[in-house]
Amino acid sequence: MKGSIRESIAGHAFLIVGAVIALYPFLSIMAQALSPAPASAARGVTLENFASAWTRGGFSTSLFSSALVALAVVIATGFVATLAGYALSVLKVRWRGLIMAVLLVGLVLPSEARIIPLYDMMSSLGLLNTYWALILPQIASSFSLATFWMANYFGALPASLAEASSLDGANSWQTLRHVFAPLGMSALATLSCLVFLYTWNEFMLALVLMPDDATVQTAPLSLSFFAGNERNTEPEVIAAAAVLVALPVVIAYAFLQRRFMSGLLEGAVKE
Amino acid sequence: MTTAPAVRAMAGRGARRARSGRPGRARSRHYLYLVPGFVLYAVFTLTPLAQTIQYSFYDWDGITEATWAGFDNYVAVVTDPVSRSTFGHSIMFIFFYTVLPTVIGLLIVAVMNRVRIRFLTVFRTVLFLPQILATVVIAVAWRWIFAQDGPINATLELLGLGALSRAWLGDFTTALPAVGLIGTWIMYGLCMVLFIGGVQKIPVELYEAARIDGAGPIREFFSVTLPGLRGEISIALVLTVTNALRNFDIVWNTTSGGPGTSTLVPSYLIYEGAFVTREVGFAAAASVVLTALILVITGAITRLLRVGADR
Repeated sequence: MKGSIRESIAGHAFLIVGAVIALYPFLSIMAQALSPAPASAARGVTLENFASAWTRGGFSTSLFSSALVALAVVIATGFVATLAGYALSVLKVRWRGLIMAVLLVGLVLPSEARIIPLYDMMSSLGLLNTYWALILPQIASSFSLATFWMANYFGALPASLAEASSLDGANSWQTLRHVFAPLGMSALATLSCLVFLYTWNEFMLALVLMPDDATVQTAPLSLSFFAGNERNTEPEVIAAAAVLVALPVVIAYAFLQRRFMSGLLEGAVKE
Repeated sequence: MTTAPAVRAMAGRGARRARSGRPGRARSRHYLYLVPGFVLYAVFTLTPLAQTIQYSFYDWDGITEATWAGFDNYVAVVTDPVSRSTFGHSIMFIFFYTVLPTVIGLLIVAVMNRVRIRFLTVFRTVLFLPQILATVVIAVAWRWIFAQDGPINATLELLGLGALSRAWLGDFTTALPAVGLIGTWIMYGLCMVLFIGGVQKIPVELYEAARIDGAGPIREFFSVTLPGLRGEISIALVLTVTNALRNFDIVWNTTSGGPGTSTLVPSYLIYEGAFVTREVGFAAAASVVLTALILVITGAITRLLRVGADR
C-alpha cells in the first residue's frame, strides 16, 4: 500500500508537470497580449493590444472568412458523407470493398501530394483567392474520414432497423431521412467538431490557394503574415493576434471537449 | 478498422437480395448516394494526385512547354545535397515528434499504471490543448519562448547561465532541435492521454498474475503493460510520424527553413520548388517521394504491430 501511495504521488506530480508545460505557451502569449506594449501609456492589464491587432491585422475579415469556410466545409462534408456512409454500410452497394479502398487513399494523403495541380486547377478556373479555392478541396480531403466515420456508425446499428423500415413501405431515401439520419446526429456532431478543427487550422492550402487577397484570407494565414511583417516590433500585438485566432477554437473546445477528444482519438484510430 | 463493418455487411447481403423483389433497378439507384461526395473527391483529390505523379516525370517551369524527363527528377530528389539534407532533417523530426513523446507517454504509465488518477478529465483536457491550437498560433507562442529576450534566456540568466543564452531559432546548432522540441510539445500530451486510456483496458488479472509470478515493476511493465498497449502505440506512432514528415506550418512560421538550410524540410522544398523557383517537375517528384515515404512507414508500423497482436 505504501508503494502505491508513493506511485500515486510520483504519477500525479508527473501529470501536473505535463499539464503545466502543455498550458505554458498559450498562457504566456495570453499574458503577453494583456500586458502593455513598451510605447503604451497603459499600466497593468490592458486590452489595447487586442484592439490594435484587430484593426491593423484585419482580423474581423479573416475570422469571418475562417468561420465561413469552416462552416461550409463542415456542412457539406457532413451531408455528402452521410449519404455515402449510408450507401456503403446500410444499402451495401456492390463493389463496396473497391470503393472503400479508393477512399482509403484520401485518408492518408498529405496536402503536398495534390497542392501543385490544385493550384493550376484553381488558377485556370479563376478561383484562386476565392472561398471556393479553399472550400472545395477541403470537402474532398475530409470526405474519406467522414465517410468511414458515418459508415462505421451506421454499420453498428442493428440491421433490423432498415428491414423494419422497408417492410413499412419506406424507400431508401425515406429510411435515411426518418430512421438513420436522426440516429446519426450524435456521430455527425462529433465528426463536425473534428472537421471544423482541421478546416479552421489548415495552413498550407490557404497559403497556396489564397495568397494575394487579404479580404478572403483565413485567420491562421492572416496571423502568419501579420506576425511575419512585424517580426521585431511589438510582440505584444502579435501575441494578441495569436490569441484572437486561437480563441474561437479554444472556446469551442472548452464547451465540447469530450466530443473534440473522442473525435481526435477515434479519428486517429481510423487512420 | 474498416474491415469489420464490411464483414458484417457481407453477412446480411444474401438474405436481403433473396427477399427484395426487383433488386437490379433499386440497387443501381443506390449508387446515387455516393455521387456528390465522389465527384468532389475525384475532382479535388484523385485527379490532382494523378497529375502530381504525371508532373513528376516532366521538366516544367509551370509556364512554357513541359518536356519529358523520365526519372531525372527522382534522381535529383535522391542525389541533390539540399534535398537529401531535408530528408535527413525529417529523420531528426521523427526523433522529436515520435520517439520522445512516445517515451514520455510510456514513462507516465510505467510510473502509475495501477493508480487511480484524480482529476483525470482535467488532465486529459489540458494535455490535449496543443492538439487543437492552430500551428501558426503555436509557432507564434514558441517564437517568443525561444526569442533572445524570451523566457528561456531569462531563466538561464537567473540561474547564472547567461553565457548559454542565444536566439535559439536563429542559431545553426540549435535551430533544428528547437523546432523539433515544438513537435515534442505538440505530441507528448496526445501520447500520454492515449496510453493512460489504453492501460485502463488491460485486464487487472494480467497484473495480478504477473505479481504472483514474482515480477517486479520493470518486468511487469515489459511483459504486461507494453504488450497491452500495442494498439495505442501503433496509433501514436502513425500519427506522430505522419506529422513529423509533413512538418510545414511550424517550420514556415518559425525559421522559414533557416538559418541557411539548417531546418529545411521536404514540404518546404516542395512549396518553394512549385511556387517560388518554379521547378514544378522536381517539386512534384519530391511530393511523390514524401507521400510514398509516409505510406510505407505508416503501413509498416500498422502491419508490424498488428502481426504482433496475432501472436
